[in-house]
Amino acid sequence: MENKVILTMRGISMTFPGVKALDHVDFTLRQGEIHALMGENGAGKSTLIKCLTGINAFESGEIRVDGIEGPVVNHSTLDAQKKGISTVYQEVNLCPNLSVAENLFIGREPRTKIGTINRREMNTRAAAIMKELQIDIDVTENLENFSLAIQQMIAIARAVDMECKVLILDEPTSSLDDHEVEKLFILMNKLKAQGVGIIFVTHFLEQVYAVCDRITVLRNGQLVGEYPIADLPRVKLVAAMMGKDFDDLASIKGDMAVDLSHADYYIEAQGLSHKGTIKPFDFTIKKGEVVGLTGLLGSGRTELARVLYGADKAQTGTMKVNGKEVKINAPIEAMQLGMGLLPDDRKAEGIIADLSVRENIILAMQAKQGVFRQISMKEQQEIADKYIEMLSIKTASRETLIRQLSGGNQQKVILARWLATDPDFLILDEPTRGIDIGTKTEIQKLVLKLAKEGKSIIFISSEIEEMLRTCSRMVVLRDGVKVGELTDELTQNHVMQAIAGGDTDE
Amino acid sequence: MNKLKKLTKQTLFLPIFCMLLVMLVNVIYDAACGNFAFSFFSISLRNGVLYGRLIDVLNRGSEVAILAVGMTLVVSSSAGTDISVGSVMSLSAAMCCMLLAGFGVSSANELQVPLVVGLLAGIFLGCVCGAFNGFLVAYLDIQPMVATLILFSAARAVGLLLCNNLIVYIRDKSFKVLGGYLGFIPTPIIIAAVCVAVTTILLKKTALGLYIQSVGINKKASRIAGLNSRKIILLCYIICGLCAGIAGIVNASRISSADTNNIGLNYELDAILAVALGGNSLGGGKFNLAGSIIGAYTIQAITTTLYAIGVSSDQAPVYKAVIVIIIVAVQAPPFKQYMSKRAAKRALARG
Repeated sequence: MENKVILTMRGISMTFPGVKALDHVDFTLRQGEIHALMGENGAGKSTLIKCLTGINAFESGEIRVDGIEGPVVNHSTLDAQKKGISTVYQEVNLCPNLSVAENLFIGREPRTKIGTINRREMNTRAAAIMKELQIDIDVTENLENFSLAIQQMIAIARAVDMECKVLILDEPTSSLDDHEVEKLFILMNKLKAQGVGIIFVTHFLEQVYAVCDRITVLRNGQLVGEYPIADLPRVKLVAAMMGKDFDDLASIKGDMAVDLSHADYYIEAQGLSHKGTIKPFDFTIKKGEVVGLTGLLGSGRTELARVLYGADKAQTGTMKVNGKEVKINAPIEAMQLGMGLLPDDRKAEGIIADLSVRENIILAMQAKQGVFRQISMKEQQEIADKYIEMLSIKTASRETLIRQLSGGNQQKVILARWLATDPDFLILDEPTRGIDIGTKTEIQKLVLKLAKEGKSIIFISSEIEEMLRTCSRMVVLRDGVKVGELTDELTQNHVMQAIAGGDTDE
Repeated sequence: MNKLKKLTKQTLFLPIFCMLLVMLVNVIYDAACGNFAFSFFSISLRNGVLYGRLIDVLNRGSEVAILAVGMTLVVSSSAGTDISVGSVMSLSAAMCCMLLAGFGVSSANELQVPLVVGLLAGIFLGCVCGAFNGFLVAYLDIQPMVATLILFSAARAVGLLLCNNLIVYIRDKSFKVLGGYLGFIPTPIIIAAVCVAVTTILLKKTALGLYIQSVGINKKASRIAGLNSRKIILLCYIICGLCAGIAGIVNASRISSADTNNIGLNYELDAILAVALGGNSLGGGKFNLAGSIIGAYTIQAITTTLYAIGVSSDQAPVYKAVIVIIIVAVQAPPFKQYMSKRAAKRALARG
């Protein structure tokens, strides 16, 4: 059965300075289908979406929407919304200082008779929407008080509530845990049954096969093809995305197993805590060891790392680095001890959006050297070029502003920033979020390589599989408490059980 | 064609363009009046000192240019403006003159303390004011506008207290030099040049420029990357206070007195405007010091031009406002986008 086509994009092209972002790309969406848009970082997925929603102006091509005469050109997301196209982006684009209800109804607030905002109705309706999604929160509280995951769900709820024909989900799941993803899928299927066409952009292959009907693959701004899901098994999909056969990830650890029993401790911490985020915990890591922090979102895995790094100052406990007792009051002090932190919220705590790739790379190194010992321009350029090449960062030049890069490439720049400081201890919080599968493997390999050089690494990820591949020990957290450590029998099942509480079997 | 395009893409293109526009108005006006068309640019020696409209612009614009240096850094690092600089100018001048004349003396023919002591005390007080503002903004997270509002209203009053509500005249010749002439060049021009030069060197030779911009764009991320965001913002406010102190003393020297009620009156607005005219976003982040300086002199050029044309001083702000609206609108992103779209369309039509 072929459903009615509700959206067609034909021959869409667009150039960014120095890069052909889209080259005559076609895309077709039918009523009541979930259509995956796949591709590596910089393949043009987000750009294509932005052309559709009016954020980017495309240079040539045509968009047609069912029920609207003639070609459609949107000039803003508002414009697109009016035509029934709603979007939820990779990073939450809501106002953190407004309440949940206000965020849900921005720009279309229910009015009273005299034209003021009818807050009571707004709050009741917002509460109803949240209830339907089984999210139990107070809608009058400010958005910033909720976790990224909840914020993401609210963004989706907002889009869904706007009576859309086409719903675009741009990496909606990258900050959600499994349970929340499950909820989202139920919601997506419900919308699908109502006849909404959903464009689903994601890097998680399992999710594609769990909900999608059809896949369109892009590579380097060009269309590779459109396939019904049954015709494109996983391996072929990866091959289509990468344009080459894909070497199996599972094999990377094997030869890397190192005996650490004689290695020195890098960090020995006792009873560290930070009020409101993490209860007192002990933690040790040896030189050359890769430790994973695992737990659900909000379990304290990010917070534990932040305390070690001094991003949140430890309020109790003692900490030894290289056997010497230290007190870390600010990140710079941790950096002087050889630490580095790649934060999980790339947009808020990672990138300096309006600075160039070069400046973003040398920033931490410069901070470590101090304000008066400026790194010469020549040296800066060499360092930037070195890491652009080493991590194959896709950028028009080293002077391109980092905000013009795709999410994955931004992440690589931040990674480069820390590698440039030559750290002894690196905390990687969700380093592979929003990154394509090829780069993921690269980063995992890099982690193991760094460990082999004697560096200690904390690896935090929502994907247990990925941690199993890289970590030799896992610290499990639940509700802000460190509940245990796993060294032997690191299997997915085992870890899941530990996270869930050990007594719940699947 | 391509070269022209490249030229217009330069960050300093618009500020310079606006400056030139103001100059062009002068040329046209002079020509229309039957004067020598380029009399705006003519510089001569009269009574052994430089004389001319251009010199006048550079001389009179010095205070705003000095303020613009500090204001640029404040805007960049804290995404806010320091509205106290005018009042702080007045306070610094009061402090300096009070020390030089002695408390309660309204007219001094002899200096009570060495000139240097008075000057340094005035400038130091400016720095203290800056530090106060900076502390409120950086460490107590108070909105810059609100934080600096305190000294905006209080500093001038404190200055009046220091001067015992008097206008303190300093009739010593050595004090007049700062606002007068050094050889044949007006001293304020030299002082402004030194301020700009020192700041430029500081920004070029250290990583301070990178730090300030980084903090201005993303405070949280900068902290994680090892910058002490609070300290950097504090430093910017101290520099801004320093600049206000210097500007205040130059202004006092110019009129040989601490006229606390009038020194630096409304200067904060010109300083902020200078930063905006220079193409800097008042939302913080990237900055362009040269743009701000050009902006400062553009404001002075507009004022001088209006006077030259014969607009009375109480009507001048109206004309000034119109010109400023045009300049700011030309630099606004939507206008730029419109122009580049038009250019693209034309290029398309031509094939």
